[in-house]
Amino acid sequence: MNIVECIDIKKTYEQGQVEVQALRGISLSIKKGDFFALAGPSGSGKTTILNIIGGLDSADSGRVMVDGNVLDEMNRSQLADLRLHNIGFVFQAYNLIPVLSALENVEYVMLLQGVPVADRRQRAKTILDDVGLEDKYDRRPAELSGGQQQRVAVARAIVSNPSIVLADEPTANLDSKTGQGLLELMQEMNEKKKVTFIFSTHDHMVMDYARRLVKIRDGRVVDDQIKAR
Amino acid sequence: MNFQLGWRNIWRNPRRTLVIMSAVIIGIWSMIFLGALMRGITDQMVRNGIATLTGHIQVHHKDYRNDPVIENSITEPEAVEATLNDILPPGSRWTPRVRVNAIASNARHSSGVTLVGVEPRREDKISFVAQAITQGRFLKPVDKNGIVVGKALADKFETKLGRKLILMSQDTKREIASRAFRIVGIFRAEMEATEKQFVFITMSAAQQMLELKKGISEISIILTDYQEVNQVTVALRTALSATDYEVQSWQELLPMVTAVLKMYDGFIFLWFLVVFVAMGFGLVNTTLMAVFERIREFGLLKALGMKPWWIIKGVLIESFFLLILGMVIGNSLGFLSIFVLPSTGIDLSSLAEGMEFAGMSRVIFPIIKSKDVITANLVVFVLGLLVSVYPAVKAARFTPVEAMAHT
Repeated sequence: MNIVECIDIKKTYEQGQVEVQALRGISLSIKKGDFFALAGPSGSGKTTILNIIGGLDSADSGRVMVDGNVLDEMNRSQLADLRLHNIGFVFQAYNLIPVLSALENVEYVMLLQGVPVADRRQRAKTILDDVGLEDKYDRRPAELSGGQQQRVAVARAIVSNPSIVLADEPTANLDSKTGQGLLELMQEMNEKKKVTFIFSTHDHMVMDYARRLVKIRDGRVVDDQIKAR
Repeated sequence: MNFQLGWRNIWRNPRRTLVIMSAVIIGIWSMIFLGALMRGITDQMVRNGIATLTGHIQVHHKDYRNDPVIENSITEPEAVEATLNDILPPGSRWTPRVRVNAIASNARHSSGVTLVGVEPRREDKISFVAQAITQGRFLKPVDKNGIVVGKALADKFETKLGRKLILMSQDTKREIASRAFRIVGIFRAEMEATEKQFVFITMSAAQQMLELKKGISEISIILTDYQEVNQVTVALRTALSATDYEVQSWQELLPMVTAVLKMYDGFIFLWFLVVFVAMGFGLVNTTLMAVFERIREFGLLKALGMKPWWIIKGVLIESFFLLILGMVIGNSLGFLSIFVLPSTGIDLSSLAEGMEFAGMSRVIFPIIKSKDVITANLVVFVLGLLVSVYPAVKAARFTPVEAMAHT
């Protein structure tokens, strides 16, 4: 079953006086439980696709369906709800709230969802234990290494049991060993919790871990391969 | 957790937070302190006016105010007194007086004064003069020739206790009436003008000297609750409408004081407005800076699924903490600075002449009115939150993609 369906997506941006065609007719189907990577050089359009799938941006034409929802038919409030309940995000720059501890950062998404305090606290602790940060509950982001911060971001992304996690160059700011550790963690989450992971990357290590790799250049799909690891 | 987040957010930049909080503190402090000072000034003006023979309400002959001569007297005071006994609320006090213009003179000087004939025991409970005696004593009912004068008048006349003073005025037969009195007491008043203007003799002495029989010039009334003044005035007016006598409240008897009160209300309003505008700009500026510093974070929150209204609420919670902290400290400083002063007041003797002209005492005691404190705090809090809406809405409008691309 496809959890994401993109049909002939086109997107153009204006950069000053110049129009840039970021996507020139992309069609993708992503299965539930996939560990999927979109690879390509900078400016190829991979982040744009991720933003469109996540409801953060809209396509100029084409159709996008995510977890049974047709995004073009949804208003901003509905898209916000979709992101809150169905989609987790892991960004390149960890994007944790600096004044909250690791535990509170993970809890915050559940707070937005209206989960009762006792329940969300317990779930946050459990997920931090799963990502190997059982002794870091009370540390603020400034007191954590880059890898640890990214693990908190992953914990935050999956604690609310989303259908999909969108990870935009999650290893870009990490050394290779830390990056590898993070990928293994996400792979474990994918296998244990059956969460679909969709990466945008130009890191070969991420491409190696992906079970399906779609290459994009100049806003078009140039390759699509299913790999065994 | 939203409150926790808001509290921690305001301390991300402690220096900036302390600067804007200082603005709120100083704003509230000045509003409370200056408001209390102005209330103290106006309250003393009213008290001085009322205590200096005016009282809360007066009854006169209808022509007396325009022409305060002996002909315009209340010739049948019993009827008026019966009405007062019927209408005045329990605990009210009143006293009759004879009050005419006169000339006071001795061997060295003469001066225009207001001759006031009083019933000493009743006057004691109404006006300031019986408690203001600094030399000698107040009048007794049996004093046929006793007179009480102000210190400034005694100094001007170069006279003292026990010496004689001649009073001269026009009697009911339009003849000049004069009589010698002996100074039995000297009083001090808040204003030197009061000491120079009024001389007091007994009612019977005044009525005899002026051939007034039982006539009086006025009845002065003090109520236990000054807030009943208007309603009692109307009731007395209605009861005495068929007579030649009119009833006036202190606001009508002291129009300048009433005008000054309104003016001070205007000053207080203007001061509050100025303080708030200055503080409001600072608050908007600070909150905008805090918002623009966190554009990426707001983008992240929207990416996570936070609705715009929650972002607005978050920014308003930060302003809430800033305002509440500033208000608590500002109120504390305001109350502290006022409570330090009651025993000493603020001495403005160097400006005594100007103060007297305006009807103000030399020493000012600030008075806190709950209405002013509540208004100051409400203005700061409500308007402070309102002006914070603009930066809050700005924060909520960032699109996640643009915001997270911000460096």
